[in-house]
Amino acid sequence: MKQRSLFDVISPIMTGPSSSHTAGAVRLGLLARNIYKETPNKVTFKLYNSFAQTGKGHGTDKGLLAGLLGFGVDSEQIKNIYNCELAQNIEYTYEFEQNIDRHPNAVDFVLEGNINMTISGNSVGAGNVEIVKIDDFSTRISGEYNTLILFYKDKPGMISRVSTLIQDENINIASLDCDRNARGETASMCICLDSKISDEVIRKIEEIDDVYFVRNVKRLEA
Amino acid sequence: MEYSISTFEKLLYACNQNNKKIYEIMQEKEAFDFEISTEEVRAKTLKNINAMKDAIISGLCSSEKSFSGLCGDDTAKLKEKYKAAPALFGNLFEKITTYALATMEENLRMNKIVACPTAGSCGIVPAVIIALAQEKDVTQDDEVNALITAGTIGYIISTKVAMAGAVAGCQAECGVASAMSAAAATQLLGGSNKQIINAATLALKNVLGLTCDPVGGLVEIPCVKRNAFLAIHAITAAELVLANVESKIPPDEVVDAMVQTGQLMSPLLKETSMGGLATTKSGIIINRELQKKEGI
Repeated sequence: MKQRSLFDVISPIMTGPSSSHTAGAVRLGLLARNIYKETPNKVTFKLYNSFAQTGKGHGTDKGLLAGLLGFGVDSEQIKNIYNCELAQNIEYTYEFEQNIDRHPNAVDFVLEGNINMTISGNSVGAGNVEIVKIDDFSTRISGEYNTLILFYKDKPGMISRVSTLIQDENINIASLDCDRNARGETASMCICLDSKISDEVIRKIEEIDDVYFVRNVKRLEA
Repeated sequence: MEYSISTFEKLLYACNQNNKKIYEIMQEKEAFDFEISTEEVRAKTLKNINAMKDAIISGLCSSEKSFSGLCGDDTAKLKEKYKAAPALFGNLFEKITTYALATMEENLRMNKIVACPTAGSCGIVPAVIIALAQEKDVTQDDEVNALITAGTIGYIISTKVAMAGAVAGCQAECGVASAMSAAAATQLLGGSNKQIINAATLALKNVLGLTCDPVGGLVEIPCVKRNAFLAIHAITAAELVLANVESKIPPDEVVDAMVQTGQLMSPLLKETSMGGLATTKSGIIINRELQKKEGI
C-alpha cells in the first residue's frame, strides 16, 4: 500500500476540470508512453462507458493524447493539444463504446509504429490510474512505483533469475505479479520496486535467455 | 517525528503531548514519512498556494464558457453585481464568493487549478484562505500554516473514506473541502487546536448526505455554485467555534457517520448522473444536447 501524504489531499496542480476524467487521462497517456517507449506513428484511442459519454466535456480525449505525447497533468498544452506541434507528427483517432464488462472509465491505446501494441487502462478515481493489460497480458501498473514489465517464455527459474539481479542491486521488491497464456508459452511479469533501477540491471535482464521484452516504467511524479 | 494521527483524537493528543499546533505536527509527520525537511514540506505547500492565487487571478478576469457552454460567466456576473451593490456581508463575503467561482470556472475552462481535495471542490479552500489572508493582512507563513491545517483535516478524513463523489457523494468532496476550510479559517483567526478540529466537525456535520448528481456527468451543475456556498459555510463554522460553541458529537464519530451515510447513499446519487438533478426534466434535456455535442 502507498504511504499516505498531506499532498494526496492538497494536489495535484492540474488542468481541469476532473481529476478522474482529465488528470487521470493524462496519467494513463504518460504510462502508455513509458510502456511503448517512443512516440507511435498512429494511435487509436478506444474510450469506454463514462469516458466515452462525458469524455469530450471533460477533455478526456485531449488528456489522453497530451499524456501520450509526454505532457504532465499541469501542462498548459492540454487544452490546445490538437494545435500543438508534436500532435502534428502523429495520426490519432477516437472510438467511443459502451461495454458493461469494462471499467466505467476505461481506455485502450491501440498503438502502431515500429511495433504494434495495445495498452488498456482505467482511471479509478481522484486521478489514480492503472494499466491493466498490455496486449493479452494482465498487468498492474499504477505509476506510484517504478515498475518493471517483462514478457518471457514460461519456464522454471525465470522469476528467481530476475529477482536475483534486482536483489544484487539492493532494491526492494514491493510487489510481483505474473500471468501466462498457457504452460510453456509467453508469460508476463510485473514488478513494483521501492527505488530506481539502473540501466545496467535492465540490460542484464534483457540478456536472460527467452526474455522477449523488458520495460522500466518510471514512477509518475504527479 | 513519527506521529500516529489516523484519528482526530490521536491528532489532538499528539498536539497536547508536544505542545504544538496542528500544522506543526502535520509538517513534521510529512517530513518524517517522506524523508524530507519540514522546510521542503512548507515549500511544497507554498507552491500550491501560489497556484491557487494564479487560478483566482485568471478566473477573475475571464468569462469564457466551458466546452459544454453551460457555465463560465458567473464570476463576471457576480463582480458586476458587487460593483453596483456591495455584498450585504461586506468585503470578505464578496471576495470569498467571487474567488470560489473564479477558481471553479478556471477548472471548467481546462485551465490550471489545485485539486483540494478534488478538482470538483477546488474553489472552496483557496477562496477561504486567500480572501481571509488578504482581509486580515497576514504573512505568507500564516497562509502556509492555514493550508497545512486544512490538509490535515482532509488527511484524517481520508483514512476512513476516499475523497470521491463516486464513493461517498459530494459530502466527500465539497463537504470535506468546507470542513478543511473551516479549520483553516479558525487557524488564521487564532483559534486553538480544539477549536480548529471543532470547526471542521461542525462544517462536516452540516453537509452529511450531500449527494453527487452532476448534470450530464460534468463538473459544472451544481458544482460551480456549490463551491461558493460551501466556502461561506466554512466561515459560519469558524465563527461558531470561536464563540466556543462545540459539536456534541465528537469529530471521529461525525466522520464515522459520514462514512456510513456514504455507504447508505444510493449509487444513483454517487457521480453516476442517474438520479437527482441529473435526471430532472431539464437535466435530461441538457444531457441530450450535450450528447449531440459529444458526437455520440
